[in-house]
Amino acid sequence: MSKNIILCGVGGQGTVLASKLLSAASMAKGLPVKSAETIGMAQRGGSVTSHIRIGDGAYSPLIPMGKADVIIAFEPAEAVRMLPYLKESGAVIVNSRPVMPVTAALGGSDYNGKEMTDYLAEKIDNLTVIDTDKACEELGSSKVINVLLLGAAISKCDIGLSKEDIRNAIGRIVPEKFHALNFRALDYIG
Amino acid sequence: MAKEFIMGNEAIALGAMAAGVKVVAGYPGTPSTEVLETIAKRNDGSIYVEWSVNEKAGLEVAAGAAYAGARSLVTMKQVGLNVASDPLMCLEYIGIKGGMVVMVADDPGPISSQTEQDTRTQAFFSKLPLFDPSTVQEAYEMMIEAFDFSEKYGTPVFFRSTTRVCHGYASIDVKEPSEYHKYEVEGFVKDSSKWVIFPRLSLQNHKKIVERNIQLSDIFSEYERNFIISENDKNCRKGIATHSISYCYAMENLDESNMLRTFRVATPHPFPEKKALEFLEGLDEVLCIEELDPVIEKELIFICGKYNLKTKILGKMSGNIKVAGENTVESVGEAINVFLGKESEKATENDAPALPVRPPVLCAGCPHRASFYAVKEAMKGKKTLYCGDIGCYTLGNAKPLDMVDTCLCMGAGINIAQGIGHLEPDTSCFAFVGDSTFFASGITGVINAFYNQSNMTLIVLDNSTTAMTGHQPHPGTGKTMMGEIVSKVSIENVLRAIGLETVVTVDPLKLGEAISTVKEVSSKSGVKAIIFKSPCVAIIKPTGKNIIDSEKCTNCKSCIKKLGCPAIVLKDGKVAIDETLCTGCGICGEVCPFGAIGGGEGNE
Repeated sequence: MSKNIILCGVGGQGTVLASKLLSAASMAKGLPVKSAETIGMAQRGGSVTSHIRIGDGAYSPLIPMGKADVIIAFEPAEAVRMLPYLKESGAVIVNSRPVMPVTAALGGSDYNGKEMTDYLAEKIDNLTVIDTDKACEELGSSKVINVLLLGAAISKCDIGLSKEDIRNAIGRIVPEKFHALNFRALDYIG
Repeated sequence: MAKEFIMGNEAIALGAMAAGVKVVAGYPGTPSTEVLETIAKRNDGSIYVEWSVNEKAGLEVAAGAAYAGARSLVTMKQVGLNVASDPLMCLEYIGIKGGMVVMVADDPGPISSQTEQDTRTQAFFSKLPLFDPSTVQEAYEMMIEAFDFSEKYGTPVFFRSTTRVCHGYASIDVKEPSEYHKYEVEGFVKDSSKWVIFPRLSLQNHKKIVERNIQLSDIFSEYERNFIISENDKNCRKGIATHSISYCYAMENLDESNMLRTFRVATPHPFPEKKALEFLEGLDEVLCIEELDPVIEKELIFICGKYNLKTKILGKMSGNIKVAGENTVESVGEAINVFLGKESEKATENDAPALPVRPPVLCAGCPHRASFYAVKEAMKGKKTLYCGDIGCYTLGNAKPLDMVDTCLCMGAGINIAQGIGHLEPDTSCFAFVGDSTFFASGITGVINAFYNQSNMTLIVLDNSTTAMTGHQPHPGTGKTMMGEIVSKVSIENVLRAIGLETVVTVDPLKLGEAISTVKEVSSKSGVKAIIFKSPCVAIIKPTGKNIIDSEKCTNCKSCIKKLGCPAIVLKDGKVAIDETLCTGCGICGEVCPFGAIGGGEGNE
């Protein structure tokens, strides 16, 4: 088995934990994992990306363009930005909530998320759009977008891991007082 | 053996620990920082670890330890090596007793550096052997081997890695602590004919170094990390020579159907000449796939000349590989296709809507924003020069602050201000320097400016940490990497000891006071200093949130236009505060002409 997964969003949205959970779950199954993350200056309010490569046969920690099985996007424009990495017939899981660039108030940006999700709908057959605002309100926390999106990815496409695998990884990595909340987020999209 | 999912830099750290490193020094710099941090975190107390004041100090600490027979490591980024070059160039002539590794992280792109310099080229210049891994697992194993080579041949060695190896993660096999290399440290043995550098000794040792490197070239030809793939395919007329992460990118593009003879070079210096001759045998053309300098390419051209081979060597110098910036799987694939005379797949047309640009900015509540604004406001209408420096505060160049006129290298702003000021006596010259940069390389600059009768205002942006690289302690923080609480070095006392008569410390978040301090101090002659002291927002708890009084707010957007704080946003065309970002620093309240922004708690 080999799976290439891209996680993308804006600094601070929790992509790093999602990446850790995927890696830990794969390790626990004895699968080799490689990953790469954007670190440094680019992280401050900037676009962030994690490349995760599960299984044999990968040399580069970065996924080649057109080879990602799934893009899990925490922000609609970031999904569009990473689209060249998606393979033909690959899946996209996207949060519909836009994050305005920090410079938007200074002018020069008329960004809106709807334009991005419309574009994705036109291009991608296997697309799942999630209103995380609504979901987080029902779950009672805004801090579980990452696990919510992971759960959705497992339900909507094959990432080579089960919810049980991720549940076990949460058990090992996340502090115990947040387990129940994260388990609910994982199962939110069935 | 155990399995761990770790970052390249963590693997490098664990490799050094497995090799029995006893002294580790360094100066933080992306992408090298996590190596030293990992050793500090996993230290059982038997390893001495320090963040040195700069790379030169760090290298000297490691050299001293190696003189005494301990295995030592010094870590830095590529531009840090420039600072450490003075001791390093000399150290090669003296040699070491315990294994010593100089770990340098290069930054093709550059992603977070001033230059795209190549430490492999520095290895030729300084005559040190260099190890250049391609993967996280290799980084771990080669670090252990680098220590063995260093000790065996009595020379410090470079361990050079690049961003994609340093910051890539992989599940790898590592040794258990019980399997780590153990040894007794003999201690420093006095011998002035060995440890004191004099011209006569240098002449002698220069000859030895040259002879040793010829010998090492042969030894590296046998080193299993310098390998050739598909060597036995004698029909193969084309080959690839590559290294580091570019090797991984090449392998992504090669499979059984189009495998070429491939030479992976792990030790570009001394270059494994015999292995290269094996590789070149029968080849008509070689494509060298490298990042940064064309090191392998030049070596192969040299070997072809030396042995009168007809093989054509292609790479950066022939225009087959881009001369600057990072390679990617795609750029390498394209270059291989051109090399093989194949058509590349046409890129599909990009019809995506315009994407939002997300440039890096100073954080909401960052005290640097207040400091820059205070100086800008105080000096309104005057002819000014604002020399910046290396750190988060380089971001003060962005609009609307636009307060960085120059930036070169660590500590340079002070003497650049001095030089420009010398020619423009009517300009008010300012040099901004962060606290960690001040200690690393600002102090000599201030002494130079003071002694040589310069006329300038030094602004020390003291946020009590090394923020840009992830909050490392420095001499002003009173903490060491061994967990000790120690006397802080006071920046104000240092400046006074140099002789500066005017040194004022002020909280930049008290904007009115900050502005009047700048006006007063900058009007004096000579070198004078203001220390803007306020902790980095990333290391303190926010004091509260600010709120906008919608009745008083006229939507003039003054706060946005003056400060450019990411927490002040437009919601449906109206100015609003993003509560998730606001730290309650309160400076927006002070710039609002209508008193419409009020403090959350802590700002009353």
